[in-house]
Amino acid sequence: MHIREERKRSAAILADDLRKTYGTGKAAKPALDGLDLLVPRGTVHGVLGPNGAGKTTAVRILTTLLRPTAGRAEVAGYDVTAEPDRIRYRIGLLGQHAALDEELSGRQNLELFGRLYHLGGPGAARRAAELLERFDLADTGTKAVRHYSGGMRRRLDLAASLIMAPEILFLDEPTTGLDPRGRTEVWNAVRSLADAGTTVLLTTQYLEEADQLADRISLIDGGRRIAEGTPDELKATVGADRVDVVVRDAHRLNDAVTTLTGASGTDAVTTDPDRRLVSATVTDRMAALTATVQGLAAAGIDAEDIAVRRPTLDEVFLHLIGDHPTGDQRKATV
Amino acid sequence: MSTRTVPLGRGQRAVADAVTMTRRGVAHWGRQPGTMVVGLLFPVMMMVMFAYFIGGGMAVEGGGDYTDFLVPGMLALTMAFGLEATMVAITQDIERGVLDRFRSMPIAPSSVLVGRSLLDMINSAVGLLVMLGAGWAIGWRWNGTATEALATIGLLLLLRFAMLWVAIYLGLVARKPEMVQAVQILVWPVAFMSNAFTSPDTMPDWMGAMADWNPMSATAGAVRELFGNPGWESGTWAADHTIALAAASPLLLLAIFVPLALHRYARLGS
Repeated sequence: MHIREERKRSAAILADDLRKTYGTGKAAKPALDGLDLLVPRGTVHGVLGPNGAGKTTAVRILTTLLRPTAGRAEVAGYDVTAEPDRIRYRIGLLGQHAALDEELSGRQNLELFGRLYHLGGPGAARRAAELLERFDLADTGTKAVRHYSGGMRRRLDLAASLIMAPEILFLDEPTTGLDPRGRTEVWNAVRSLADAGTTVLLTTQYLEEADQLADRISLIDGGRRIAEGTPDELKATVGADRVDVVVRDAHRLNDAVTTLTGASGTDAVTTDPDRRLVSATVTDRMAALTATVQGLAAAGIDAEDIAVRRPTLDEVFLHLIGDHPTGDQRKATV
Repeated sequence: MSTRTVPLGRGQRAVADAVTMTRRGVAHWGRQPGTMVVGLLFPVMMMVMFAYFIGGGMAVEGGGDYTDFLVPGMLALTMAFGLEATMVAITQDIERGVLDRFRSMPIAPSSVLVGRSLLDMINSAVGLLVMLGAGWAIGWRWNGTATEALATIGLLLLLRFAMLWVAIYLGLVARKPEMVQAVQILVWPVAFMSNAFTSPDTMPDWMGAMADWNPMSATAGAVRELFGNPGWESGTWAADHTIALAAASPLLLLAIFVPLALHRYARLGS
């Protein structure tokens, strides 16, 4: 009982100075170079990084597919190397490539996986039927998975990873290669799982995806974490909000600069004559917006567009990745 | 959610998981009966070709019937080869990521491989029956007792089981379906450097010695002996102890390749 309580209190996912090196000797290549990660239960955590940053390696270690070279990792309160089977009953994995038996039907796949989770024949059949219904695959009949569309395959793959109603779901680039509709479907599924209390760890190259889904984001590069925070916190690291005004008449650009300088209370106003754009950094976004609208009206300047925007995660990403050269670049400078 | 089950004991779980994996493969057969039929008929075609195209030019020591000499050899050959399906199945699982799903699940680590070997054993047993029937149809007869016949079938299946584990190991080493072709080329010299088609006495000395010790030769010799079909008296130790060798060599192969394959499987995670 005591142990169980402790397990409940602990983080869903913990990585402490996690290292993984592929190959040995001169050919040794570190994929993870001291990764730290802490994901509290019931949250959606995004792991964001460029290709080769170590995202997939991290997921493979946390899902017990790969042994770390050094460091410690715990999932659901259990050590990944010491008690992998306890973890395996509690996690679901949606990998980059559909992990399905292509020759079998959707139902056969789910029943196979259900049996392997030791649900028994009838239990596996019941669970398969539930999941097929839930993911809108109930009418696929006996069609083999290799004849499925990309979206259907992804939905079935997700269904397969939910057979045990896992405490923790790992999604490794879940929407790579999906069309916008397929992407929306996966996003909605992740949201409803998160609402139901499932802890989700999601790797992605798409900043928008992390922005949409994740409570917190770890930015990783070269096998280590280079930044972490909520999407808003990360955006704040790049700089302040901006007010953008696009004027209808290019001749009024200078008047707009004057108005915006007054409204924003700074001299940091920039212009882009080609786009008829005037832009200012602001401290209080709503006050600045009101003042800008009123100022433009008072000066009789016709605006085509007025917007307050935060820096995008793209800007955060480029800003931080730029500060931390990737492993390859580091090697090149040695 | 009431789907969480109490983990079974290790042994129970290993058996249950292996059976589930075997059922998976049986479901594949149901979906591709054509592939299975072709797999069963290919050795029959080989046997018929050897019996009628080449058999006319072959003489058996002591003047026996070549068909009676050939069929036991073909039975052993069928058990020892046709392993590409096993290798390809293993490599495909690795490539397609379905193995990653299995490995992320709480299953016995041995079950994927044991399930594969059981599945292919069922297939091979059916294949052996088809070959016995086809041999009968082209005039081969056995002259032993029912017990000897059962012992023969047992030795043939034992050889098959050992070869399947060799194939499972090679599949795990190859990892990619394209690599399997390279391995397949090696099959031919091994198949012919045996007593399946002709006596090793007719080969150069060193080659004949290797053919004598080829596990497939031992099984073919044992099959000839137990079925009462013509063989030869070469006087080598190996040729005189075919039954002992036919039992021992597959067991030796199993003792080597089962641990190797399980080890290799475990190393997929490093």
